[in-house]
Amino acid sequence: MQVVGIDREGRNRGPGPAGLRLRPPHHRVDRRAVAWWRTRLLLAAAVPAGVLAVLGALLGPARFWLLVAGAGVAAAGLAAGLGLPAWYYRVHRWEVTDDAVYVRTGYFWVDSRIAPMSRIQTVDTERGPLQRAFGLAAVTVTTASAKGALRIEALDHEEAAELAEQLALATQKTPGDAT
Amino acid sequence: MSADAGTDADAGADVGAYADTETGADTDADANTAPDATATAAAAATAPAGTPPDATPWRRLHPLSLLVTAQLLAGAAFGAGVPVGAGLAAHIPFRAAVAWVLAGSALLLAGGLALDVLRLRHTRYRVGAERVELRTGVLFTTRRSLPRDRIRSVDLTAHPLLRLLGLVKVRIGTGDQTAGGESPLQLSPVRRAEGESLRRELLRRAGPAAGGSTEGRLAALVPRWIRYAPLSFLTPLLAMTGWGAVMQVSQWFGAEETVVDLVRDTFSPLPAGWTVLALTLLFLSAGVVGSFGTWAEMWWNYRLEREPDGTLRVRRGLLTTRSISLEEARLRGVDVVEPLGVRLSGAARVDAVATGLSRRDSEENDLSTLLPAAPRAVADEVAARVLRAPVALTRPELAPHPRAALARRLRWSLGAALVPVAVLLLLAAALSVRGLAYAGAATAAVLLPAAALLARDAYRSLGHGLAGPYLVVRSGTLRRSTVALRRDGVVGWTVRQSLFQRRAGLVTLRATTAAGAQAYAAYDVGEAQGLRFAEEAVPELLAPFLVPDDGAVEQPAERTCPDRWSPVRT
Repeated sequence: MQVVGIDREGRNRGPGPAGLRLRPPHHRVDRRAVAWWRTRLLLAAAVPAGVLAVLGALLGPARFWLLVAGAGVAAAGLAAGLGLPAWYYRVHRWEVTDDAVYVRTGYFWVDSRIAPMSRIQTVDTERGPLQRAFGLAAVTVTTASAKGALRIEALDHEEAAELAEQLALATQKTPGDAT
Repeated sequence: MSADAGTDADAGADVGAYADTETGADTDADANTAPDATATAAAAATAPAGTPPDATPWRRLHPLSLLVTAQLLAGAAFGAGVPVGAGLAAHIPFRAAVAWVLAGSALLLAGGLALDVLRLRHTRYRVGAERVELRTGVLFTTRRSLPRDRIRSVDLTAHPLLRLLGLVKVRIGTGDQTAGGESPLQLSPVRRAEGESLRRELLRRAGPAAGGSTEGRLAALVPRWIRYAPLSFLTPLLAMTGWGAVMQVSQWFGAEETVVDLVRDTFSPLPAGWTVLALTLLFLSAGVVGSFGTWAEMWWNYRLEREPDGTLRVRRGLLTTRSISLEEARLRGVDVVEPLGVRLSGAARVDAVATGLSRRDSEENDLSTLLPAAPRAVADEVAARVLRAPVALTRPELAPHPRAALARRLRWSLGAALVPVAVLLLLAAALSVRGLAYAGAATAAVLLPAAALLARDAYRSLGHGLAGPYLVVRSGTLRRSTVALRRDGVVGWTVRQSLFQRRAGLVTLRATTAAGAQAYAAYDVGEAQGLRFAEEAVPELLAPFLVPDDGAVEQPAERTCPDRWSPVRT
């Protein structure tokens, strides 16, 4: 398969119709997701940092090291909380067409997942307590493959419900067991 | 059926109630999640017994099962009794110890047999027009019912004692993966003829639909294939197991030291080097013998047949015979697997890529194996016959992956090989021991070329291509796997790109599927190459999301229209 625009090594080389890549999906997730992810990360760091700080206050002999460890956890959590959500927000996108669902996620490893509408088996929405506080919901689309689930992490919860309903309707049109 | 009147009346009442709960609750649940209907006793009791019961009589398991149970219990009693007796004899008189052990064994035997009598008396099954039903349980009755049109496999196994008595164990499976924890329905045991007729009866439905040519036998065992058995990674493990067993038994008799002394005395006249060599040889030959034995037990009398009912049937086994059926409609492809040793000797085995082999079955591994390690040409041939393909799909010229994939593999394997070298050299520097430095250099001399070779081999294994209705991907070095997957069995794509892959212009492309490993990957394929391949394999799916790569960093338009999920056409 020799195609113009791809060099011998299969890489894209320069402009031309033959170089190909996946464009990002059209839609971002809900803007509030950034705040939600940030809160989640900060909480995840705050709990162990708090425990270490309390232990440090109580245990005299080990105080210095406990406080150092606590400060380390807090600093890492703060840095992650400030940096990662914005990054994830830039990457995490989704799109639904007549024929397929397309979701992109990831940090260092960017996963672009595509499932044809005709192979979708279930559509679930899901809200944890924290998501509820931010008015968000996640939509998970599964196919017959255990490794083929697509997850849109944060949509406005009403939007999520409507999307799920619409997907369910669209998938009902296809007969068969979608395997 | 010569059951006593009490149980029969019982059964009659239950049938009525059961039939009712069945029609009421299950028919709609079947469609999505609940293939096994386990109506509880409570539900059965409250349901009105209005609907006429299914007329099909209930059948029972074979009473000779008691003999089998007795034998198994006797074995267990012996296995536990000997070490316990040996332990007791050290503290109390020998006769007393024997008496205790015998009493315990008798109790175990009696109790076990009583339980088995109860189990047999309370287990019934029947094959109706619509469903296969099984009722088990003494205190907590379980009733399971499989709709017949969902039955995908009927497997028969018989260990030596069952064979002697002309019995088999039957597993009836729906091949439904989505219902977690669902186990096949087991009938243990029934008469062999009964098992065979169940198999025929329950799988017949697929017959006319499958149609096509029925070639009968697709493959049969060639005893010479046993030469591939010791090449498995299991061989040293088997040797270790053997040694472990020897030590365990000697421990029961408090004779561990005798055994160790025996080994030492045998080898003490020899110089150390020879001892190591001799022990290694002994160890290996034990492993080889073990692997021959295992292979013979698993694959003796092996044959792979296409049955007129549209199933592939594997029959094999020396002592324990197994008959495994795989409905062709479930087959999505084949996986030609070549573990390193087997590959170096020019052989390969063939696994089925089928939906509904449960996760546990795949781990037990041999249920999906269609052909044991056999010469590569035979494997390709059998794979093609299984798929009804005119040519060997698993041996086409596959498109190679970009050289950047080789660079990545070299970096990984050399990096991994350098770790022990670096540790040794650092230790040598820190402790200033010259010997460690030499050891480090020797390690580097051995590991680095090996790593480079493995990396090159891994790169050369990579490949992908299309062959008729199948897509083919190949990868792996220690376990090279060539998968031919039906293109209409692909239920989605996952394109993964790490930061490094992005710099090198590579992606890892995974075709997700309901069958086998659930996803099969073309690793480190060129970005455009891979996307084009995916688009060709499953037309129209990827096309709307592909754009020409002009090198520009494009900012996708933000859409703020109220109906953001509405179809976006490009």
